Amino acid sequence: MRSLKKVEQQSARESIQDPGMGGVGRSKKHESADKHVSGEAVYIDDRPELRGQLHAAVGQSQFARARIKSMDLSAVKAAEGVKAVITVKDVPGHVDIGPVFPGDPVLALDEVEYLGQPLFAVAATSHDLARKAALLAKVEYEELEPVLTVKEALAKQHFVRPPFTMQRGDSAAAIDSAPHVLSGEISVGGQEHFYLEGQVSTAEPTEDGGMTIFSSSQHPSEVQKLVAEVLDVPLNKITVDTRRMGGGFGGKETQAAPWACIAALLANKCQLPVKMKLSRSDDMCLTGKRHPFENNYQVGFDDSGRIQGIDITVNGNCGYSPDLSDAIVDRAMFHSDNAYYLDNATVTGNRCKTNTVSHTAYRGFGGPQGMMTIEMVMDDIARHLGKDPLEIRKINLYGHGERNITHYHQTVEHNNLDKLIDSLEQSSDYQARRKQISEFNKENTILKKGIALTPVKFGISFTVQHLNQAGALVHIYTDGTIHLNHGGTEMGQGLFTKVAQIVAEEFQVDVDTIGVSATRTDKVPNTSPTAASSGTDLNGKAAQNAAITLKKRLVDFAAEHFNVKEEQVVFADNQVHIGAEVGKKTMAFAELIQLAYMNRVSLSSTGYYKTPKIHFDRETAKGRPFFYYANGAAVSEVLIDTLTGEYKLLRADILHDVGKSLNPSIDIGQIEGAFIQGMGWLTTEELMWNDKGRLLSNNPATYKIPAISDAPVDFNVALLPDDPNKEHTVYNSKAVGEPPFMLGISVWSAIKDAVASVADYKVSPKLNTPATPEKVLWAVQDMQQAALDKSGD
Amino acid sequence: MTDNTIRFLLNDELIMLENIDPNLTVLQYLRDIRFQSGTKEGCASGDCGACTVVLVELAGEEFNELNYKSANACILFVGSLHGKQLITVEHLKEGEALHPVQQAIVDFHGSQCGFCTPGFVMSSFALHKAVSSPDRAQVVEALAGNLCRCTGYRSIIDAAMASSADAAPDSFARHYHQTVAELKKIHLQSEAQLSASGHHFYSPTNIDQLADYLLAHPNATLLGGGTDLALSVTQQLNTIDKLVYLGNVKELNGLRETEESIIVGSAVPYSLFTPLLHQQYPELGEMIERIGSTQIRNNGTLGGNIGNASPIGDMPPALIALGATMTLRCGNSTREMPVEDYFKGYKVTDLAESEFIQDITIPKAKAGQECKVYKISKRIDDDISAVLAAISIEIEQDSVKSVSIAYGGMAAIPQRAAACEAALKGQPWTQTSIDAAKQALTQDFQPMSDVRASDKYRMTVAQNLLQKCFLELQNRHVETRVVNYA
Repeated sequence: MRSLKKVEQQSARESIQDPGMGGVGRSKKHESADKHVSGEAVYIDDRPELRGQLHAAVGQSQFARARIKSMDLSAVKAAEGVKAVITVKDVPGHVDIGPVFPGDPVLALDEVEYLGQPLFAVAATSHDLARKAALLAKVEYEELEPVLTVKEALAKQHFVRPPFTMQRGDSAAAIDSAPHVLSGEISVGGQEHFYLEGQVSTAEPTEDGGMTIFSSSQHPSEVQKLVAEVLDVPLNKITVDTRRMGGGFGGKETQAAPWACIAALLANKCQLPVKMKLSRSDDMCLTGKRHPFENNYQVGFDDSGRIQGIDITVNGNCGYSPDLSDAIVDRAMFHSDNAYYLDNATVTGNRCKTNTVSHTAYRGFGGPQGMMTIEMVMDDIARHLGKDPLEIRKINLYGHGERNITHYHQTVEHNNLDKLIDSLEQSSDYQARRKQISEFNKENTILKKGIALTPVKFGISFTVQHLNQAGALVHIYTDGTIHLNHGGTEMGQGLFTKVAQIVAEEFQVDVDTIGVSATRTDKVPNTSPTAASSGTDLNGKAAQNAAITLKKRLVDFAAEHFNVKEEQVVFADNQVHIGAEVGKKTMAFAELIQLAYMNRVSLSSTGYYKTPKIHFDRETAKGRPFFYYANGAAVSEVLIDTLTGEYKLLRADILHDVGKSLNPSIDIGQIEGAFIQGMGWLTTEELMWNDKGRLLSNNPATYKIPAISDAPVDFNVALLPDDPNKEHTVYNSKAVGEPPFMLGISVWSAIKDAVASVADYKVSPKLNTPATPEKVLWAVQDMQQAALDKSGD
Repeated sequence: MTDNTIRFLLNDELIMLENIDPNLTVLQYLRDIRFQSGTKEGCASGDCGACTVVLVELAGEEFNELNYKSANACILFVGSLHGKQLITVEHLKEGEALHPVQQAIVDFHGSQCGFCTPGFVMSSFALHKAVSSPDRAQVVEALAGNLCRCTGYRSIIDAAMASSADAAPDSFARHYHQTVAELKKIHLQSEAQLSASGHHFYSPTNIDQLADYLLAHPNATLLGGGTDLALSVTQQLNTIDKLVYLGNVKELNGLRETEESIIVGSAVPYSLFTPLLHQQYPELGEMIERIGSTQIRNNGTLGGNIGNASPIGDMPPALIALGATMTLRCGNSTREMPVEDYFKGYKVTDLAESEFIQDITIPKAKAGQECKVYKISKRIDDDISAVLAAISIEIEQDSVKSVSIAYGGMAAIPQRAAACEAALKGQPWTQTSIDAAKQALTQDFQPMSDVRASDKYRMTVAQNLLQKCFLELQNRHVETRVVNYA
């Protein structure tokens, strides 16, 4: 069961190199793979510099909350290489670049609301000169009392958006009448995105007063809109181009725009191209992160451990402005059930305002933080009743045809979680290993092992309805090659590869026939962010629709031209077969295209898609916000050291539901990467601010994302077989970007299982996240104390 | 006459650098001057590996061999390229054909966003030059300094294990002798220097040149591997006026063994001295394999780790516990001192003006001596220690004959635990003595809280490591370490 042996690797390699037609369902390599490995893939910072190009940097607030009394920028302006310095007064148009709600001034107004907030921007002849100059400002502040914790914000009712509650049944009465009642609280840490490519944008003035922006952004249309607004020019003068990002993870959904706006403001002022690139530590201090949450619950359950009623409150630390926090805390609330039927439930979400950077989208979008509470509940109930947590998880799963209404009143359909969990329990040998672990823990005093199986049920769709639309543009050129463009952005997830496969499938041509191209606002307009795992669902369908339109034109043309029936025009193997069996004519795809062109058939089409069925009424907190659910489960086995709190993930087994996979290798890559990222969030990735609101973990020396040895030696990942999406998604596939992130919760739960062994599994350990070795050691010490207390009873 | 040029091979092209500010990093040189943008900047602090390049140096007794080593270009000053070959990701392809280490990553779907990929390619390339068919442990060690945020690493590990040695010799193998000859030609040019914008870089080739230069320029900054020093330029945005590079000083790059000791030149990088230490003190060897990353250990030096006197350097506590000594030289005179006495206060040392560390003498293991080393950090690989404990102990007839214990991360300097030692020395080797030693630690240290750990955690772990040491020596068969568990 070790990682692939050489022989297996060789056969894996051969299957990968299968040269068959590039349609869906095949493990085609990433469209840029050859360019990635050769260093030829061009990221924004790799673009050749244009004549006169300048580099931007920002001056930063030194206080978490303060009034700016004066700002003397003379030394900045006089510094070597400086060509321009701007403040908010130099913004020709809108000052506020809040993506949904106002609250984000592009450069500080009179009051600053977080430490690091940009006060002014500098353009200089080099990146380093700009950064050095930005340090020379003399700023006088009147320090104001900051709010730095969720607790304080709750006490002061200091919110970026109003609280919101979802309710089904009468949770208070159900808890009151339940045989068992437990309550608890958990602090869930935030997470730095740590995309390897930091935030970067280049702005180039155009001849008609506009800008061409190259931005590492998940949301080019929003960058376009905000740049237009700060410059006070119409949208049609701004073009945004995003070929690829060096990672996004949600961190470039709204957080890419400020730097594009600042580059554009300086470029406009200087009438020269300007590049704005954040150094790693600036990126970590100046851009939003996954929201830290402080959640609590009270649950009532029966003797079997089945929940009868529950109250959950989730409190998101939103930072200083709304950004996307309304929807993020909503998603935490939507996922407070994870995979479990809560029966009578009240879920309340607070959006706490604190004086830190504004927290933002991050893979899972609040969902993971919401799920942590209910997974804690499962462990707590199990310890209370002296049962295996897996038994409690299984007994609480959503049912089929009954016990299937969520706390937001969506019916859970096509539920495959019980089947999936049973299958994983078998394949991972859970029960036998549970026994072995008990034996190990009896024999070992210092090292302890733990195991946990946790499921994921993740709702797919933007919960903001209008975002669930997409456009695509497909051209066929006269040599038969195809140009593909759509509104989705490529951040490594393989979107461009999958959408190219979908178009290749329609025409039955090799995927190499499809040329993918940079996402551009002048090709496909008014696009949604590539987020919410929706990239392929939305853009794949839009591109498929464009291809279907073109194909219909070609079929209609061929039928008429060759005087055959439409169904007698068949695309296969890079060719087109025309006519009945007898006297069938076969021509190369390119040949048909030539013929169509000569006969004046339009060979370009747009395509459009909007997700059906979804609706949600926020007034009543009822509806169907999700088109479908993507499911999965993971079993993690860990080893902990009870003297130091150190730990290691020894083995992970994952079974995940991607419907009918468009590209199994890409899907498995998404699952493995998401799992490890989720594990990092809950273990070693510790954000730490001091009591002045300064981020202390502001570089990779102090903020530790998983490294290669953190990947388990035994890492078995499989796709749930033979279970296509019952909803009509593109080729019945399911979204995969975010759902497997939450499989990382199994690592946290397994650590708790190991800790619980110290008190013979009779007490549920409290383990806030990230569960650093320090926190694990304290949890172990609590258990040792609990064991003493028990034996003293 | 000192040559005012830095000479190196960029792949097969001889580069002669003049009039370039020696504060420039190799990454900036590649991207901003050569317009080779395949090498990426992920952090500019040597922590992520996206900028990994391969340096090729002459090696072997006759200098007829080549040593391929990975390095972080972001914290490497251009001057340190003198006399080396620099290979970047752009040089691996031959025509349209990818190099086997590149092709394997494609075949195993080992790239997603692709930004870290050139760095993984180069680390994997360096590994394959050293080991033809690496096993998983070797792959993980070689790639521990390369962060990937997308893949979860499994595909990258499989790719690195699969890229086979059976492949035909690559262009570097085919041009091996030519490269040796080219590099030898550069080395005949002796000292090198580089000056621009009022900043100087000087690379002496022998110890007398170095000593004389430091007498004449007492304010010059010593440059070993630069793995810490370069951060003052890339992170604090400082500029260094005078850099004097130790990497080409013959006498500082020696590694000798005597009957009793191992003598490590101060400019010897970790990767070269670790095997000798590993033989003597296996736990120390294993700990060193967790210091920084392969890129860091290929360049970072023992003299540097001592010289910058960080309270969280991992080598000083171990050297102190083992009773290592060091030779300092100033002008023509040398003096010896225990490593322990070198540290005077937070980042303050006993080093005098114009003085430098010549070498470090580490006593070999004696019969009956146990050397226990513990490195505690949030992440197993490439992480700075919250606590480092080094314990050298001799137990005879169930009592403690001698003991020397030093900790890192517990005080402003790497420091011996005097009260703790006193509580153990001459005492029976029992739980009672260990309990007393744990208690005594609170007299030795008042650790601080920071981003890595709280004061309470540091003290608790420091005490628990004494417990662990006791348990391990009581029963050598019991598994006690998460790090080594397989």
